[in-house]
Amino acid sequence: NSGVISLLRPLLLDVVPTIQQTAALALGRLANYNYDLAEAVVKGDILPQLLCSLSEQNRFYKKAAAFVLRAVGKHSPQLAQALVECGALETLVICMEDFDPGVKETAAWALGYIARHNSELSQAVVDAGAVPLLVLCIQEPEIALKRIAASTLSDISKHSPELAQTVVDAGAIAHLAQMILNPDAKLKRQVLSALSQIAKHSVDLAELVVEAEIFPVVLTCLKDSDEYVKKNGATLIREIAKHSPELSQFIVNAGGVAAVIDCIGSCKGTVRLPGIMMLGYVAAHSENLSMAVIVSKGIPPLCACLLEEQEDHIKAAAAWALGQIGRHTPEHARAVAVTNVLVTLLSMYMDTRSSEDLQVKATLKNILQKCTYLPALEPLLHDAPLNIMKHIVGQFSKVLPHDGKARRLFVTSGGLKKIQEIKAEPGSLLQEYINTINNCYPEEIVR
Amino acid sequence: MAALVQLEARLRGLREEYFRRNRLVDEDRKIAYKAAVKIQSWFRGCRVRAYLRHLNKMVITIQKWWRGYLSRRYFRKMIETAYFIMKMNFYNEMAVRIQKRWRGYYSRKYIHNFYALKKYLQAISMNNEIVRYELQEYAEMNEKEKKKKDLEKEEREKKYQARKMHYLLSTEQIPGIYNSPFRKSPDPMELLLRQSKPLSYRRQEATSPFTYELYDWPTCKRPPAFPTGEPLPPIGRQKPQGPFRDIAEVLRQRYKRLEPTLRVAASINSPLEKAREDMKREGWRNRIHDNEFLPFSSYNKNKKYDPSIHRSGKYGQETYGIKHFREEQPNKWLAGKDFQTVSPSIVLFEKLGKTYSKAGQIV
Repeated sequence: NSGVISLLRPLLLDVVPTIQQTAALALGRLANYNYDLAEAVVKGDILPQLLCSLSEQNRFYKKAAAFVLRAVGKHSPQLAQALVECGALETLVICMEDFDPGVKETAAWALGYIARHNSELSQAVVDAGAVPLLVLCIQEPEIALKRIAASTLSDISKHSPELAQTVVDAGAIAHLAQMILNPDAKLKRQVLSALSQIAKHSVDLAELVVEAEIFPVVLTCLKDSDEYVKKNGATLIREIAKHSPELSQFIVNAGGVAAVIDCIGSCKGTVRLPGIMMLGYVAAHSENLSMAVIVSKGIPPLCACLLEEQEDHIKAAAAWALGQIGRHTPEHARAVAVTNVLVTLLSMYMDTRSSEDLQVKATLKNILQKCTYLPALEPLLHDAPLNIMKHIVGQFSKVLPHDGKARRLFVTSGGLKKIQEIKAEPGSLLQEYINTINNCYPEEIVR
Repeated sequence: MAALVQLEARLRGLREEYFRRNRLVDEDRKIAYKAAVKIQSWFRGCRVRAYLRHLNKMVITIQKWWRGYLSRRYFRKMIETAYFIMKMNFYNEMAVRIQKRWRGYYSRKYIHNFYALKKYLQAISMNNEIVRYELQEYAEMNEKEKKKKDLEKEEREKKYQARKMHYLLSTEQIPGIYNSPFRKSPDPMELLLRQSKPLSYRRQEATSPFTYELYDWPTCKRPPAFPTGEPLPPIGRQKPQGPFRDIAEVLRQRYKRLEPTLRVAASINSPLEKAREDMKREGWRNRIHDNEFLPFSSYNKNKKYDPSIHRSGKYGQETYGIKHFREEQPNKWLAGKDFQTVSPSIVLFEKLGKTYSKAGQIV
């Protein structure tokens, strides 16, 4: 604040190159620390001077200048926009054509921070011709450079399908797919994140990613010791599975479901979330896939998630996934109900929480409408509110007229008594169900 | 006249008689007429009735026959349709049976093949087992490698420490730290010290600059240096047949740098004097001024300053004495030609310094 920036500015034009570099480095560190300082750097008109003679300078100066651009660009979209208007992108592209890997790395990092904010900035980065250079950077032997280039590609392609298509057209997928085998954990994180950002936009892009033969190699990433590699791997599989039943089928055939289920079982916290959602998407497409999920022992980890996790959105996701699994046929609903998870779901529903209700309610409704497994429905009779009770009683009224043993069980377990206690409006659906049930029994018992 | 009056009286009665008689006749006639009309009408009536009856009978006959014909025709048609319907029902039933079988077969085989689904799910479970098993193996392998790497690192650390602390080794007279006389056997550290080579004071070129240290190369902290370590073995040199050692080992041993012990490195003659001389030489080398204790400045007041040859020329360096050693003044020359060689040159002297043998090599 003490006018440091205006003092540093003339040093940038000093004759001695070391002074230039050190001044640039100082500016970079200042801008890196604080948003206001970065804004002051932009307002102090330093950027044109920084960028004017960049192409003739040596690599240390280029690195320091790219560092300044990165530090300014990371804080907000407006600052990044100011950078783009100063013509920083062309300079960064020139830096990326340099031979020194450190310069390339810093330039790629700066481009990544700029492209991260919104899609217009990403488009500007792509228009400056950065994507082919980034794909070249990925092929370099230095691991830090690969990491940064992968992260930048991920930031560019996350905004819109056209940008992702541009990245794919530059031939990035093949190289990214090769790098999944690399032992470095942080590199794997970025690569998986980049592939998942590409695959998430449309079916064609997801198919392109799958054609790069990432399965079954991606499944080894789910067993990695690094948590975020597991998370990003699960995210990638989720983004591929959600588009179409054929892709989900492919993943199931490759054994992806088992790997994801093991991954869910071994992690805790937010890391589980993409895996849970992946199971939900796979089960949602068709009943065969849902049965495949059940057969792969998918339900116990989901129930465990519901019980253990504290975070609301993870519980909601687990509930949603269970709903998708159980909603197809009575077989599926039975498989879900056998684990006694319906009681948990009901207690979650009754607990007054705001945004979760929708998921849990829809889940309960879907499962209950198909559930014919009466022992699981009985505990619910006692606590359920009216709108859920309607479905439960409906199910009873469908099963009881045909099954003698179930009728006996119903009476002995006190279910019939509970039914009598329900007060329903005459003529409503609930009343009809109650009447149907009462008609199954002789009059004396009903009394 | 009387007759006339009589006639007139009779006329009057004649008229009435006439009228009466006519009237009687008339009435008789009327009655007879009415009777005749009645008889005739009755008879005509009978005749017409008989005729109508006859017509009726005819009509009934005709209608009877006609209606019978119509109904029989209708009946035949009804039978035909009933037969047709029966046939169609039969066909429908048969078609239903065929379609039932076919649809059951088709849906069980192609649309929802239960056994195929069951097999598929079994295959999925098996595949899952395989995948889980392989992933488990992979994870275990990774862990093992990590552990191995950690162990190796620890080993290397220990060995390095042992090499650095080699002086703690016990000698014949004095037991070292790790070899306490109260112990039954020496500490493992002692054994390690015994095995390790002492660390030489020369700088270790252990790490080649081209290993992928993650942060050095990209951030240009160290400029790349060419590897000056051990020489590489010659390419393609086959190991000679027989009980020979590995070539790389042999070369390493042959080209190992000489690391003489202190006794060898020190000279035979008194090392003390040599050491002193070395010290003096080093001191002279490092000194900036030779005359340490300079006298006062006025001592040198009368000394004339001898400029060095670098400065004595008019425009800096004088080339005489450095570039050329002969003074030439061409304006004093009498003739424009140089000395001529009168005697022939001697071949041997021409070849001075230009032969290829090592004897004549220019130093």
